[in-house]
Amino acid sequence: MQNILRVGMADLKCVEYPGILTTLGLGSCVGIALFDTQRKVIGLAHIMLPSSSQARSIENPAKFADTAIINLLEDMERNGARLRNIVAKLAGGAQMFAFSKLSSILNVGERNVASAKEKLNELNIPIISEDTGGNYGRTIEFYSNDGSLLIKTIGHGVKKI
Amino acid sequence: MSGNFNSFSNFNDMHLDILKEIGNIGSGNAITALAKMLNKKIDMEVPKVKILKFSEVTEILGCAENPVVGVMLAIEGDMTGCILFLLDLSAARALVNMLMGMDNKAMADNAEFSEIEVSALKETGNILASSYLSALSELTGIKVYPSVPDISIDMAGAILSVPAIEFGKLGETVLYIETEFSEGCTRVVGDFFLVPDIESYGVLMRALGVIW
Repeated sequence: MQNILRVGMADLKCVEYPGILTTLGLGSCVGIALFDTQRKVIGLAHIMLPSSSQARSIENPAKFADTAIINLLEDMERNGARLRNIVAKLAGGAQMFAFSKLSSILNVGERNVASAKEKLNELNIPIISEDTGGNYGRTIEFYSNDGSLLIKTIGHGVKKI
Repeated sequence: MSGNFNSFSNFNDMHLDILKEIGNIGSGNAITALAKMLNKKIDMEVPKVKILKFSEVTEILGCAENPVVGVMLAIEGDMTGCILFLLDLSAARALVNMLMGMDNKAMADNAEFSEIEVSALKETGNILASSYLSALSELTGIKVYPSVPDISIDMAGAILSVPAIEFGKLGETVLYIETEFSEGCTRVVGDFFLVPDIESYGVLMRALGVIW
Protein backbone atom coordinates (compact mmCIF):
# COMPACT_ATOMS: atom_id res chain seq x y z
CA MET A 1 0.00 0.00 0.00
CA GLN A 2 1.51 3.28 -1.08
CA ASN A 3 1.48 6.28 1.15
CA ILE A 4 -1.42 8.56 0.22
CA LEU A 5 -1.33 12.09 1.60
CA ARG A 6 -4.69 13.67 2.33
CA VAL A 7 -5.44 17.28 1.46
CA GLY A 8 -8.21 18.77 3.65
CA MET A 9 -10.78 21.46 2.89
CA ALA A 10 -9.02 24.81 2.32
CA ASP A 11 -5.67 23.04 2.30
CA LEU A 12 -2.83 22.34 -0.16
CA LYS A 13 0.04 19.89 -0.37
CA CYS A 14 2.79 18.84 -2.74
CA VAL A 15 4.86 15.63 -3.06
CA GLU A 16 7.49 14.09 -5.31
CA TYR A 17 7.39 10.75 -7.11
CA PRO A 18 6.14 8.18 -6.02
CA GLY A 19 3.71 10.10 -3.81
CA ILE A 20 -0.06 10.17 -4.20
CA LEU A 21 -2.33 13.02 -3.10
CA THR A 22 -6.05 12.74 -2.38
CA THR A 23 -8.89 15.00 -1.32
CA LEU A 24 -12.29 13.68 -0.24
CA GLY A 25 -15.79 14.87 -0.99
CA LEU A 26 -15.33 17.88 -3.25
CA GLY A 27 -18.70 19.61 -3.67
CA SER A 28 -18.71 23.21 -4.83
CA CYS A 29 -15.05 23.33 -3.85
CA VAL A 30 -12.50 22.75 -6.60
CA GLY A 31 -9.49 20.46 -6.62
CA ILE A 32 -6.62 22.11 -8.51
CA ALA A 33 -4.06 19.48 -9.49
CA LEU A 34 -0.66 20.61 -10.82
CA PHE A 35 1.90 18.21 -12.34
CA ASP A 36 5.52 18.77 -13.36
CA THR A 37 5.74 16.41 -16.34
CA GLN A 38 9.54 16.24 -16.21
CA ARG A 39 10.35 16.01 -12.53
CA LYS A 40 7.17 14.24 -11.41
CA VAL A 41 6.37 16.66 -8.64
CA ILE A 42 2.62 16.97 -7.97
CA GLY A 43 0.62 19.52 -6.03
CA LEU A 44 -3.04 19.56 -5.04
CA ALA A 45 -5.15 22.40 -3.61
CA HIS A 46 -8.73 22.09 -2.28
CA ILE A 47 -10.12 25.60 -2.64
CA MET A 48 -13.47 26.91 -1.35
CA LEU A 49 -13.83 30.41 -2.78
CA PRO A 50 -12.98 32.08 -6.09
CA SER A 51 -10.91 35.06 -5.10
CA SER A 52 -9.00 36.47 -2.15
CA SER A 53 -9.81 39.99 -3.39
CA GLN A 54 -13.42 39.77 -2.12
CA ALA A 55 -12.46 38.28 1.22
CA ARG A 56 -12.48 40.10 4.52
CA SER A 57 -9.48 38.23 5.82
CA ILE A 58 -6.85 36.05 4.15
CA GLU A 59 -5.71 34.03 7.14
CA ASN A 60 -5.56 30.95 4.97
CA PRO A 61 -4.38 31.42 1.35
CA ALA A 62 -5.35 27.80 0.52
CA LYS A 63 -9.02 28.81 0.78
CA PHE A 64 -9.02 30.91 -2.41
CA ALA A 65 -8.33 29.81 -6.00
CA ASP A 66 -5.93 32.66 -6.82
CA THR A 67 -3.78 32.60 -3.69
CA ALA A 68 -3.80 28.79 -3.44
CA ILE A 69 -2.35 28.43 -6.96
CA ILE A 70 0.48 30.85 -6.16
CA ASN A 71 1.28 29.13 -2.84
CA LEU A 72 1.12 25.69 -4.39
CA LEU A 73 3.51 26.71 -7.19
CA GLU A 74 5.98 28.08 -4.66
CA ASP A 75 5.85 24.81 -2.70
CA MET A 76 6.35 22.79 -5.87
CA GLU A 77 9.27 24.91 -7.02
CA ARG A 78 10.92 24.41 -3.64
CA ASN A 79 10.54 20.68 -4.31
CA GLY A 80 12.29 20.94 -7.66
CA ALA A 81 9.40 21.65 -10.04
CA ARG A 82 9.77 24.19 -12.88
CA LEU A 83 6.90 26.43 -13.96
CA ARG A 84 7.49 25.70 -17.68
CA ASN A 85 6.94 21.95 -17.10
CA ILE A 86 3.72 22.32 -15.16
CA VAL A 87 0.29 21.31 -16.46
CA ALA A 88 -3.05 21.50 -14.61
CA LYS A 89 -6.18 19.42 -14.13
CA LEU A 90 -9.38 20.54 -12.42
CA ALA A 91 -12.18 18.65 -10.66
CA GLY A 92 -15.22 19.68 -8.59
CA GLY A 93 -17.21 22.91 -8.75
CA ALA A 94 -20.58 21.16 -8.49
CA GLN A 95 -23.90 22.68 -7.49
CA MET A 96 -25.18 20.39 -4.74
CA PHE A 97 -28.63 21.99 -4.29
CA ALA A 98 -30.78 23.49 -7.00
CA PHE A 99 -32.34 26.77 -5.87
CA SER A 100 -32.79 29.54 -8.35
CA LYS A 101 -33.16 32.27 -5.71
CA LEU A 102 -29.93 31.68 -3.84
CA SER A 103 -27.77 32.29 -6.86
CA SER A 104 -24.84 33.80 -4.97
CA ILE A 105 -24.47 30.73 -2.77
CA LEU A 106 -25.22 28.24 -5.47
CA ASN A 107 -23.16 29.26 -8.43
CA VAL A 108 -20.03 29.43 -6.29
CA GLY A 109 -18.86 26.11 -7.80
CA GLU A 110 -18.98 27.59 -11.28
CA ARG A 111 -17.21 30.75 -10.10
CA ASN A 112 -14.52 28.69 -8.37
CA VAL A 113 -13.77 26.88 -11.63
CA ALA A 114 -13.75 30.12 -13.65
CA SER A 115 -11.41 31.82 -11.19
CA ALA A 116 -8.99 28.87 -11.13
CA LYS A 117 -8.90 28.89 -14.94
CA GLU A 118 -8.29 32.62 -15.07
CA LYS A 119 -5.33 32.38 -12.69
CA LEU A 120 -3.84 29.39 -14.52
CA ASN A 121 -4.18 31.18 -17.87
CA GLU A 122 -2.52 34.25 -16.44
CA LEU A 123 0.46 32.06 -15.44
CA ASN A 124 0.45 30.28 -18.83
CA ILE A 125 -0.19 26.91 -17.20
CA PRO A 126 -2.08 24.69 -19.67
CA ILE A 127 -5.24 22.99 -18.36
CA ILE A 128 -5.08 19.58 -19.98
CA SER A 129 -8.28 18.05 -18.59
CA GLU A 130 -11.16 18.75 -16.23
CA ASP A 131 -14.22 17.14 -14.69
CA THR A 132 -16.26 20.00 -13.27
CA GLY A 133 -19.88 21.03 -12.69
CA GLY A 134 -22.84 18.71 -12.23
CA ASN A 135 -24.71 18.21 -8.97
CA TYR A 136 -22.65 15.52 -7.26
CA GLY A 137 -19.62 15.16 -5.02
CA ARG A 138 -16.21 13.89 -6.08
CA THR A 139 -13.26 12.26 -4.35
CA ILE A 140 -10.00 12.59 -6.28
CA GLU A 141 -6.64 10.80 -6.25
CA PHE A 142 -3.65 12.36 -7.99
CA TYR A 143 -0.70 10.14 -9.04
CA SER A 144 2.84 11.42 -9.44
CA ASN A 145 4.03 8.62 -11.74
CA ASP A 146 1.96 9.80 -14.72
CA GLY A 147 -0.02 12.80 -13.45
CA SER A 148 -3.30 10.94 -13.79
CA LEU A 149 -6.28 12.07 -11.76
CA LEU A 150 -8.75 9.43 -10.58
CA ILE A 151 -12.27 10.70 -9.86
CA LYS A 152 -14.71 8.72 -7.73
CA THR A 153 -18.38 9.57 -7.20
CA ILE A 154 -21.50 8.13 -5.61
CA GLY A 155 -23.76 6.99 -8.45
CA HIS A 156 -21.89 8.79 -11.25
CA GLY A 157 -19.13 6.28 -11.83
CA VAL A 158 -15.35 6.37 -11.63
CA LYS A 159 -13.09 7.93 -14.25
CA LYS A 160 -9.52 8.87 -14.90
CA ILE A 161 -8.62 12.16 -16.53
CA MET B 1 -19.90 47.68 20.66
CA SER B 2 -19.84 48.61 17.01
CA GLY B 3 -21.44 46.71 14.17
CA ASN B 4 -18.24 45.27 12.78
CA PHE B 5 -19.12 41.81 13.99
CA ASN B 6 -17.63 39.43 11.49
CA SER B 7 -17.74 35.86 12.65
CA PHE B 8 -19.20 33.36 15.06
CA SER B 9 -15.88 33.27 16.87
CA ASN B 10 -16.94 36.39 18.83
CA PHE B 11 -19.57 34.28 20.58
CA ASN B 12 -19.43 33.74 24.28
CA ASP B 13 -21.27 31.15 26.39
CA MET B 14 -24.33 33.34 26.79
CA HIS B 15 -24.79 33.67 23.03
CA LEU B 16 -24.35 29.96 22.62
CA ASP B 17 -27.01 29.45 25.30
CA ILE B 18 -29.42 31.63 23.35
CA LEU B 19 -28.81 29.67 20.16
CA LYS B 20 -29.10 26.43 22.11
CA GLU B 21 -32.43 27.57 23.49
CA ILE B 22 -33.64 28.45 20.00
CA GLY B 23 -32.44 25.05 18.83
CA ASN B 24 -34.18 23.42 21.77
CA ILE B 25 -37.52 25.12 21.14
CA GLY B 26 -37.19 24.63 17.38
CA SER B 27 -36.43 20.96 17.76
CA GLY B 28 -39.24 20.66 20.31
CA ASN B 29 -41.70 22.09 17.78
CA ALA B 30 -40.35 19.77 15.14
CA ILE B 31 -40.56 16.65 17.28
CA THR B 32 -44.13 17.50 18.29
CA ALA B 33 -45.04 17.75 14.61
CA LEU B 34 -43.26 14.49 13.86
CA ALA B 35 -44.93 12.72 16.82
CA LYS B 36 -48.37 13.86 15.63
CA MET B 37 -47.62 12.68 12.13
CA LEU B 38 -46.48 9.27 13.38
CA ASN B 39 -48.93 9.10 16.26
CA LYS B 40 -46.05 7.92 18.47
CA LYS B 41 -44.19 9.16 21.50
CA ILE B 42 -40.86 10.69 20.53
CA ASP B 43 -38.18 11.71 23.01
CA MET B 44 -35.60 14.38 22.40
CA GLU B 45 -32.22 15.24 23.89
CA VAL B 46 -31.15 18.83 24.54
CA PRO B 47 -29.49 19.97 21.30
CA LYS B 48 -25.75 20.57 21.29
CA VAL B 49 -24.62 23.85 19.77
CA LYS B 50 -21.02 24.09 18.65
CA ILE B 51 -18.70 26.36 16.72
CA LEU B 52 -16.41 24.23 14.59
CA LYS B 53 -13.40 24.74 12.37
CA PHE B 54 -13.69 23.56 8.74
CA SER B 55 -11.25 20.77 9.40
CA GLU B 56 -13.51 19.47 12.20
CA VAL B 57 -16.76 19.77 10.28
CA THR B 58 -16.54 16.62 8.21
CA GLU B 59 -15.18 14.66 11.15
CA ILE B 60 -18.49 14.89 13.00
CA LEU B 61 -19.91 12.67 10.27
CA GLY B 62 -16.94 10.35 10.08
CA CYS B 63 -15.27 10.43 6.70
CA ALA B 64 -15.81 13.22 4.15
CA GLU B 65 -16.51 10.50 1.60
CA ASN B 66 -19.37 8.87 3.54
CA PRO B 67 -22.78 9.22 1.95
CA VAL B 68 -25.22 11.41 3.91
CA VAL B 69 -28.65 12.95 3.37
CA GLY B 70 -28.88 16.74 3.25
CA VAL B 71 -32.11 18.75 3.10
CA MET B 72 -31.66 22.44 2.40
CA LEU B 73 -34.09 25.35 2.62
CA ALA B 74 -33.41 28.87 1.48
CA ILE B 75 -34.34 31.60 3.96
CA GLU B 76 -35.94 34.87 2.96
CA GLY B 77 -37.26 37.80 4.95
CA ASP B 78 -35.46 40.03 7.48
CA MET B 79 -32.62 37.55 7.48
CA THR B 80 -31.52 35.71 4.33
CA GLY B 81 -29.39 32.62 3.91
CA CYS B 82 -30.09 28.93 4.18
CA ILE B 83 -30.54 26.13 6.66
CA LEU B 84 -29.24 22.61 6.14
CA PHE B 85 -30.49 19.50 7.93
CA LEU B 86 -28.11 16.58 7.74
CA LEU B 87 -28.48 12.88 8.58
CA ASP B 88 -26.12 9.98 8.11
CA LEU B 89 -27.50 7.08 6.05
CA SER B 90 -28.32 4.80 8.97
CA ALA B 91 -30.16 7.63 10.76
CA ALA B 92 -32.01 8.41 7.53
CA ARG B 93 -32.94 4.75 7.16
CA ALA B 94 -34.16 4.60 10.77
CA LEU B 95 -36.20 7.75 10.20
CA VAL B 96 -37.74 6.41 6.99
CA ASN B 97 -38.61 3.15 8.72
CA MET B 98 -40.20 5.16 11.55
CA LEU B 99 -42.21 7.17 9.04
CA MET B 100 -43.24 4.18 6.95
CA GLY B 101 -43.95 2.01 10.00
CA MET B 102 -41.43 -0.58 8.91
CA ASP B 103 -39.27 -2.88 10.97
CA ASN B 104 -35.65 -1.72 11.19
CA LYS B 105 -34.44 -5.17 10.24
CA ALA B 106 -36.50 -5.15 7.07
CA MET B 107 -33.99 -2.94 5.25
CA ALA B 108 -30.23 -2.92 5.29
CA ASP B 109 -28.54 0.41 6.05
CA ASN B 110 -27.01 0.52 2.60
CA ALA B 111 -30.24 -0.16 0.67
CA GLU B 112 -31.05 2.62 -1.79
CA PHE B 113 -33.91 4.92 -0.94
CA SER B 114 -37.00 4.66 -3.13
CA GLU B 115 -38.60 7.75 -4.59
CA ILE B 116 -41.26 7.87 -1.88
CA GLU B 117 -38.64 7.43 0.83
CA VAL B 118 -36.58 10.32 -0.56
CA SER B 119 -39.73 12.39 -0.62
CA ALA B 120 -40.50 11.43 3.01
CA LEU B 121 -36.97 12.44 4.07
CA LYS B 122 -37.28 15.74 2.24
CA GLU B 123 -40.58 16.46 3.98
CA THR B 124 -39.19 15.53 7.40
CA GLY B 125 -36.18 17.77 6.83
CA ASN B 126 -38.60 20.47 5.77
CA ILE B 127 -40.69 20.13 8.96
CA LEU B 128 -37.63 20.11 11.21
CA ALA B 129 -35.89 23.04 9.55
CA SER B 130 -39.09 25.11 9.32
CA SER B 131 -39.81 24.48 13.01
CA TYR B 132 -36.31 25.59 13.88
CA LEU B 133 -36.82 28.77 11.87
CA SER B 134 -40.19 29.54 13.41
CA ALA B 135 -38.63 29.25 16.89
CA LEU B 136 -35.87 31.62 15.79
CA SER B 137 -38.50 33.99 14.45
CA GLU B 138 -40.66 33.90 17.60
CA LEU B 139 -37.76 34.42 20.00
CA THR B 140 -35.99 37.15 18.10
CA GLY B 141 -38.78 38.90 16.26
CA ILE B 142 -36.89 38.41 12.98
CA LYS B 143 -39.26 37.49 10.18
CA VAL B 144 -38.02 34.56 8.12
CA TYR B 145 -39.70 32.61 5.34
CA PRO B 146 -38.33 29.22 4.32
CA SER B 147 -38.40 28.14 0.67
CA VAL B 148 -39.45 24.70 -0.58
CA PRO B 149 -36.80 22.15 0.38
CA ASP B 150 -34.26 20.45 -1.86
CA ILE B 151 -32.55 17.17 -1.02
CA SER B 152 -29.15 15.71 -1.90
CA ILE B 153 -27.83 12.27 -1.01
CA ASP B 154 -24.08 12.39 -1.56
CA MET B 155 -20.65 12.58 0.09
CA ALA B 156 -20.61 14.36 3.47
CA GLY B 157 -17.78 16.65 2.39
CA ALA B 158 -19.59 17.67 -0.79
CA ILE B 159 -22.84 18.54 1.00
CA LEU B 160 -21.05 20.28 3.85
CA SER B 161 -19.09 22.36 1.38
CA VAL B 162 -22.29 24.37 0.82
CA PRO B 163 -22.49 25.83 4.37
CA ALA B 164 -18.71 25.73 4.78
CA ILE B 165 -18.20 27.99 1.75
CA GLU B 166 -20.71 30.55 3.04
CA PHE B 167 -19.04 30.59 6.45
CA GLY B 168 -15.69 30.66 4.70
CA LYS B 169 -16.41 34.16 3.41
CA LEU B 170 -16.26 35.39 7.00
CA GLY B 171 -13.79 33.25 8.83
CA GLU B 172 -12.61 29.79 9.63
CA THR B 173 -15.56 28.46 11.62
CA VAL B 174 -19.16 27.22 11.21
CA LEU B 175 -22.14 27.13 13.59
CA TYR B 176 -23.57 23.68 14.07
CA ILE B 177 -26.51 22.30 16.08
CA GLU B 178 -26.87 18.60 16.83
CA THR B 179 -30.36 17.25 17.54
CA GLU B 180 -31.00 13.77 18.81
CA PHE B 181 -34.40 12.12 19.08
CA SER B 182 -35.69 8.62 19.62
CA GLU B 183 -38.80 6.52 19.25
CA GLY B 184 -38.71 3.38 21.41
CA CYS B 185 -35.16 2.16 21.02
CA THR B 186 -34.55 3.74 17.61
CA ARG B 187 -32.20 6.72 17.91
CA VAL B 188 -31.86 9.35 15.23
CA VAL B 189 -29.17 12.02 15.33
CA GLY B 190 -29.46 14.93 12.94
CA ASP B 191 -27.41 18.09 12.45
CA PHE B 192 -28.55 21.58 11.57
CA PHE B 193 -26.34 24.19 9.98
CA LEU B 194 -27.75 27.69 10.08
CA VAL B 195 -26.07 29.73 7.35
CA PRO B 196 -26.89 33.45 7.27
CA ASP B 197 -25.80 35.48 4.25
CA ILE B 198 -22.99 37.89 5.04
CA GLU B 199 -25.40 40.84 5.09
CA SER B 200 -27.64 39.05 7.61
CA TYR B 201 -25.12 38.47 10.38
CA GLY B 202 -25.74 41.91 11.77
CA VAL B 203 -29.51 41.30 11.84
CA LEU B 204 -29.13 38.01 13.68
CA MET B 205 -26.52 39.29 16.11
CA ARG B 206 -28.50 42.41 16.91
CA ALA B 207 -31.61 40.30 17.55
CA LEU B 208 -29.62 38.02 19.84
CA GLY B 209 -28.20 41.03 21.69
CA VAL B 210 -24.62 40.30 20.63
CA ILE B 211 -24.30 43.73 19.04
CA TRP B 212 -26.60 46.73 19.18
